This record gives sequence, structure tokens and C-alpha cells, in this order.
Amino acid sequence: MDGIHDLGGMQGFGPVGHSPAEPVFRHRWQAVARALMEVVAGAVNASGGEFRHSIERMEPGHYLTSDYYEHWLTAAATLTVEHGLVTRADLESRAGGPFPLSGPVLAPPVLDAGPGLDEPRFGVGDQVRVREWHPTGHTRCPGYVRGKAGTVARVDGTHSLPDVEAHGTARRYEPTYSVRFGADELWRDGQRGVSVHVDLWDSYLEPL
Amino acid sequence: MSEQGHHAAEASPVEQRVAALEALLTERGLVPDGFIEEVTRRYESQVGPMNGAKVVARAWVDPAYRQRLLADGTTAITELGFGGPEGAHMVVVENTSAVHNVIVCTLCSCYPWPVLGLPPAWYKDPPYRARMVREPRALLAEMGCGLPEETEVRVWDSSAEVRYLVLPQRPPGTDALAEPELAGLVTRDSMIGVARL
Repeated sequence: MDGIHDLGGMQGFGPVGHSPAEPVFRHRWQAVARALMEVVAGAVNASGGEFRHSIERMEPGHYLTSDYYEHWLTAAATLTVEHGLVTRADLESRAGGPFPLSGPVLAPPVLDAGPGLDEPRFGVGDQVRVREWHPTGHTRCPGYVRGKAGTVARVDGTHSLPDVEAHGTARRYEPTYSVRFGADELWRDGQRGVSVHVDLWDSYLEPL
Repeated sequence: MSEQGHHAAEASPVEQRVAALEALLTERGLVPDGFIEEVTRRYESQVGPMNGAKVVARAWVDPAYRQRLLADGTTAITELGFGGPEGAHMVVVENTSAVHNVIVCTLCSCYPWPVLGLPPAWYKDPPYRARMVREPRALLAEMGCGLPEETEVRVWDSSAEVRYLVLPQRPPGTDALAEPELAGLVTRDSMIGVARL
């Protein structure tokens, strides 16, 4: 989905709130939220894709104004409701107030993912273009590279396609690649001497 | 504020929500005894940048290890005893005087847990994720890592299964130092690529 999580290249953000060292968990609730996500992911057998998508479906204003572990809390609670472990009413009554959850899944379930791909279609040095498309479900293809041309810099192993695994029990395995894009290809105001490498599944790419 | 055992009236809304979910999952028998403490301990003390620093120091003193690390990061890192979730497919990218590498995850917060621990808050926040792929030179300079114009900048967006570790350059004047002392010089930021040593 074209969600708020897909932040690469968005403008208007200010300085990075950088500190050279910080506690792993600033507040105990953050550690609890993190642990509860592990509990929920195990209980509902959520794939990495389903877990990430449950964060991506957060209401954009809530996403941008909440702590990272509040994302995990919201996602964990959303998955417990969607998988029937608890109801939203249970959560709100126990919390004594509103319990915002992520929005609904917009894509239909994937029932048949088709055959996988064992052999890479592309090799190091091949020119490729990223497909320009806007799936309504989960994807790991960042918006800022769609439609852009790049060069395969590395061929990685074969991995489960997130776009499939986020939407049911079907799986499709495909090679992944690290694709190198020049900053001038990505941005009108690209900085000199900069390249961005993005790791992409085979079906995100077309030969150029 | 962060301590356990506050009653609901003192807890913030997010703390109340966390407590509600914890109670409901516990009642359903889904939270094993001690699990939350175990997860906290795992990320507070068992993984962290001290692991990555050992990898870097070994690569600085042992050219054969450095070669193995750059050729197959996962296997070479496993040699030092580090591995596990978010570390199963490691690629190590080497800084030189001509090339500077920096890692980001624009879509979420992918980060090499076994060697760096959990990511710092700023790495997960929107400004870093939005800006590092578009204006890395300006952002690095803002973060105290200004680079000469002739230095090539390579940004690595961890958008699939590979997790990246930057191998920083060994600082000058450290020839006399032994491996453990060298590891003490290696910072988390230098292994993300937002600092040079």
C-alpha cells in the first residue's frame, strides 16, 4: 500500500534527533510492548510480512506522532483482534479509554501465489527497471525507486515474497537483488557522487 | 514513570494500553512466566554494538578475516559467535578514503541485531529514514560526519532480507593497540556509517 511508512525521500522533516548513546528501552512499557509483539506473532503465527503490514496500516497521523514501540503495541493489538484472540471492546474496557488500532487490510487474501522462481533472472551488472505499480497490500518495494532504472550490484538468496506472505498462508520464493541507483536517477535534486542501493525481489523488476 | 507497579490513575494512556494487552494475553495463558524480563535482558545486555566492535577489530588486525568478512559476512560473523534473528544474511560494506557507506531502512527499522543490538530511536524516526536516501551528504554533515566532495557516498536501504554492517577505517596512530583496545574505539555510529573514527 502507498502508506505513511514509505518515507524514503519525503521532504519537510527537520533534524535527526541523534544521540551517540541511549538506553535500549527508555521506559519499561516499551520493553513490554516489544515482548508482547513476540507473544502475539507466535500465537497467531504471523509472518514477517503480516507483522510489518499491521504497522503500515496505522492511521498516518498516529504513525508519525507516536513512539516506535507504540507502533509495535498498536500492531500487536490489531493482530490479536483480527485473529479473534480478543475484541476491541476488551482492549478499550481494560485500558479505560480509546485503543486505536490499525486500519483494515485493503488487499484480498492471496490464495494461490503461483510457482516460485529458483534461478535469478538477472546477474551483476544487468540494467533493470523497477515496475511502476501501486499494490493495495504489503510490499517491500519503496515508492521512491518505482519506475527508476538501476544496475544489479549483488544477487542474494531466494526468499519468501512479502507481498504474498502478508496476505495468507500461501508463499512464493524468489531471488532478491541489491540494485544500485544513481542519485541523479532518483531525484531531481540528487547529490553528486551518491548512489542508493535498494534490495528488491525479482518480481519488482523488469529487464531494461 | 517507567517503573512497574503504578496503578492505572498514574499511568499514561500508552502505558494503560500496554497493561491492558499484557493482562488480556496473560489471562489467555499466552505470556510465559518471566518472558517479558527475558526479552528485556536479551536486548539490554546480550546483543549490542560491543559485538560488532569485536568483528571490526578482528578485521583490522587479521587480513584473512577481513577478506572472509567482506566475501561472506554471515559466516565470518558467526566465527566470532554472533548470529540469530536479523543477522542471518549479513553483508559488510567497507569504508575507504574514497568510499563512505551508510545504512538505513526507509520502510521500517531493519537493523543487524546480533552485531549492533536494537536500533537507536533516531534510526527508526521519520527524519533519518526520509532524508538519508535523498540528501545523505547534507544529513551526514548535520550529524557531524562531513565528507570531502570527492568521497563517494553509498547508501544501503535494508529493504529485503540482508542486514548491513559498515566496516569503518582503522584510525591512524593505532598500530600499537591490541585487538581488545581497538574494539574499544569502535562506535555504534561508525558501524551504521553516520560517523568516521
